[in-house]
Amino acid sequence: MNRYPLWKNLLILSVILVSLFLALPNLYSQDPSIEISAARGSTITDSSSGEIRAALENAKVPFKDIEPREGDKLLVRFAKPGEQLKGQEAIERTLSERYRTALTQVADLPGWMRAIGLNQMALGLDLRGGIHVVIDVDMEAALDQALERYIGDLRSQLREAKIRYLTVTRDGGNIKVKFSDADSRAAAEKLLSREFRNLQVQSSESGSTFELQASLPETEQKEIKDFALQQNITTLRNRVNALGVAEPSIARQGDRRIVVELPGAQDPGRLKDILGATATLEYRLVDTEGSVADAVAGRVPVGSKLYYERDGTPILLKRRVIVTGDQITDASAGFDNQSGTPTVFVNLDGQGARRMRNVTTENVGKPMAVVFIENRTTTKMVNGEPVKNTRKVEEVISVANIREPFGRRFQTTGLDSSEEAHNTALLLRSGALAAPIQIVEERTIGPSLGQDNIDQGFFSVMVGLAMVVGFMALYYRKFGLIADLVLVVNLVMIIAILSMLQATLTLPGIAGIVLTVGMAVDANVLIFERIREEIRNGNSPQASIHAGYDKALSTIVDANVTTLIAAVVLFSFGTGPVKGFAVTLFIGIVTSMFTAILGSRALVNLIYGGKRLNKLYI
Amino acid sequence: MKSQSTVKTKRTINDFGIDFLGKRKFAAIVSGTALVICLLSILFRGFDFGLDFTGGTVIELGYQEPVELSEIHQSLESQGFPGTTIQYFGSNRDILIRLAPQEEKDSSKQSDRVFRILSQEAKGQVELRRVEFVGPQVGEELREQGGLAVLFSLIGILIYVALRFEWRFAVGAVVALVHDVLFTVGIFSIFQIQFDLTVLAAVLAVIGYSLNDTIVIFDRIRENFRRMRKGTVMEITNNSINQTLSRTIVTSGTTLLVLFALYLFGGEAISGFSLALIVGIFVGTYSTIYVATAIVIWLGLTKADLLPVPVKKEGAELDSMP
Repeated sequence: MNRYPLWKNLLILSVILVSLFLALPNLYSQDPSIEISAARGSTITDSSSGEIRAALENAKVPFKDIEPREGDKLLVRFAKPGEQLKGQEAIERTLSERYRTALTQVADLPGWMRAIGLNQMALGLDLRGGIHVVIDVDMEAALDQALERYIGDLRSQLREAKIRYLTVTRDGGNIKVKFSDADSRAAAEKLLSREFRNLQVQSSESGSTFELQASLPETEQKEIKDFALQQNITTLRNRVNALGVAEPSIARQGDRRIVVELPGAQDPGRLKDILGATATLEYRLVDTEGSVADAVAGRVPVGSKLYYERDGTPILLKRRVIVTGDQITDASAGFDNQSGTPTVFVNLDGQGARRMRNVTTENVGKPMAVVFIENRTTTKMVNGEPVKNTRKVEEVISVANIREPFGRRFQTTGLDSSEEAHNTALLLRSGALAAPIQIVEERTIGPSLGQDNIDQGFFSVMVGLAMVVGFMALYYRKFGLIADLVLVVNLVMIIAILSMLQATLTLPGIAGIVLTVGMAVDANVLIFERIREEIRNGNSPQASIHAGYDKALSTIVDANVTTLIAAVVLFSFGTGPVKGFAVTLFIGIVTSMFTAILGSRALVNLIYGGKRLNKLYI
Repeated sequence: MKSQSTVKTKRTINDFGIDFLGKRKFAAIVSGTALVICLLSILFRGFDFGLDFTGGTVIELGYQEPVELSEIHQSLESQGFPGTTIQYFGSNRDILIRLAPQEEKDSSKQSDRVFRILSQEAKGQVELRRVEFVGPQVGEELREQGGLAVLFSLIGILIYVALRFEWRFAVGAVVALVHDVLFTVGIFSIFQIQFDLTVLAAVLAVIGYSLNDTIVIFDRIRENFRRMRKGTVMEITNNSINQTLSRTIVTSGTTLLVLFALYLFGGEAISGFSLALIVGIFVGTYSTIYVATAIVIWLGLTKADLLPVPVKKEGAELDSMP
């Protein structure tokens, strides 16, 4: 009686061995490392690792290894954090033109472990430190912009087709076009159905005017929103990559949110500035004929617009833009050769370069201005509802005479500091945001707090475990020890599954593990109490063991399934911290059922099975 | 064989033969009063909602030297941050600053400005340990989601228990759960302990745990109803509670042990979480006996209810496995 068939024992043993194996990587320490990726316009090639090796050896920085990493990156491992920083300096000094560096920590696993894809648990930002921001994309603005674009297109198409119209205006989410006669309207309707298939068109009359109303249908609106979100994700990814953060994560959340997670990032202020920045440049000719004084007084000449320089000096610029930021394909920061002031070097695309060459050829000797444009969003509470205000800031950062015609590549000076030059170059490089964004949630954890959280979490798991183990051994004696062993196996299994799934372990996740440690013994408590009861009822020890396990089974399953329901609900409704808790709770319950029912039974069977027992110490 | 098999009874909690349900009227009065107090407090005092639900900014800073709160308060006030609350967090070198959601400013950037001001003042001898910023609309969403989560887990559990047992048990279990949730949440309201997302997670875990307890006793009641031919409903139920009593105490005990460890050593970030669970486990254990079981009896459970086919079919399958 009470013996498991061999296959069952082997199955349990192999599950435990596999778990130990999967959990093994977590025993290894982490190497301070540098992740190296190619800067724009260059690639990581076979010779890259040789160059980096040479740079490090030249600077006499000891390093452990250089290895390729997924996503066309290289990884340099160091023994000490100090050497890691020196290594970064050495690489930046000599190879910063072609490579970008990011500090990171990578597990120091033996080669065979890496080869078969074993990995450590993924730690959440609250444990490793980092920045977590949730970004809201202003979809109303995206729709607004789309509508404005349609209006502009509509006007020029009507003009081109020589259809006479009175006005093209916006009325909420609709475009209203007024005509003085029905024929023009009919022609326009035809044009619309041919050229603007995306718009829904309705015609109406009021008095002597004939109207067309065009609106964006639902599907079109959804497409615009999807595009804005996708475009913004791409832009944010470019920006984050340019910042040099290792293992960034940028993911869509719901219809209009983007979650950006940057582990170990040091300067949250700068990161947030860069993520949300809308800065771009525009090049315009200066209106040298109009009177600035008149313009300040309110009489701005037609075809010109009043701007201010950074020191507040008013200046008149031509309305027509030569080149906008969209036409900039590449930009880098540096210093002007002659004056030594911070500079942005700019590359234009074909169309922009052609236009720039034409304009500069025609206007040699005349001044051209560079306008720095930025959207600053502020939130104001009105009647308890947040209302966003976006203000467009346009400043003239430099005015210079065109000395000779230029086209594709040129430089722009007038930036305040080299930091602003860097940031502007980065923003021009990574493209503009398709719709304004706003940070609606931020959770930043400094590296020291992350380590504290790990330490405290680990310590409380250990204390809780020790107390439960001690209590069980005292209260159930030999059976208690079996339950204890099984509990430790349960912990190993949780770690193994977390490592395998690469599910993120967070501080609430650790709390979930602690809670399952307390609850995992429940199954064994139920069984042991049942066995005691059977013995009190006068059954033999062997029969009591058998009956104890059998009768407790349905109770254990019922009790655990209900907790699983709670865990699943937590997972599907929870965000960030709550999700981490739900994941470990779920895994812990499942593994504890396995270990407490099958694992402990196997042990009990091995110890007591098939023997003649007179007494049972339980 | 029978005479030889003994068990050491000194270390065990035996069948005490306590007439738990005889005191159920008294218990009902106690529970009722407690719940009314909790409800009144929730309605009139409300909660000290954490940042997750209200929106706003929290900044945790670690100084290298002990600092005076009043000085920090002054320097922030003079730089245009009125109405901040500043408190020590763990030691007199760590401080926690709370900023209310401010009007007319890009609130996600407030934390950077505060850190810059204080960092300058402390000549760089201060470290940014944590920033949490939650915008007003996100806070509202989180509140809504939290309420929905509690509601859905209750519904899910109601369905499961109704399928596995009988409707009276399902009603008893869910009333007990509502009782536990109200009580746990009520404690947070009465003592104005901060209620954040982790506390909400704990409340949901309490639901799972308390139900676990309830199911164990329900299971025993069902089993005893089928086995015992003698005895009134009341007697059998009382017996069942007594039989599972030692298990109830041991499991609650071990869970409380780890929770106290978590409360004491887990750090400030999850102290609210552990506290909610500690309260919840106490009240959950109590409610299993005096709320869940009492309601099942009050709803008029008879032996016949658990014998007929619909329940037996499913339950018997598991129970009678060889």
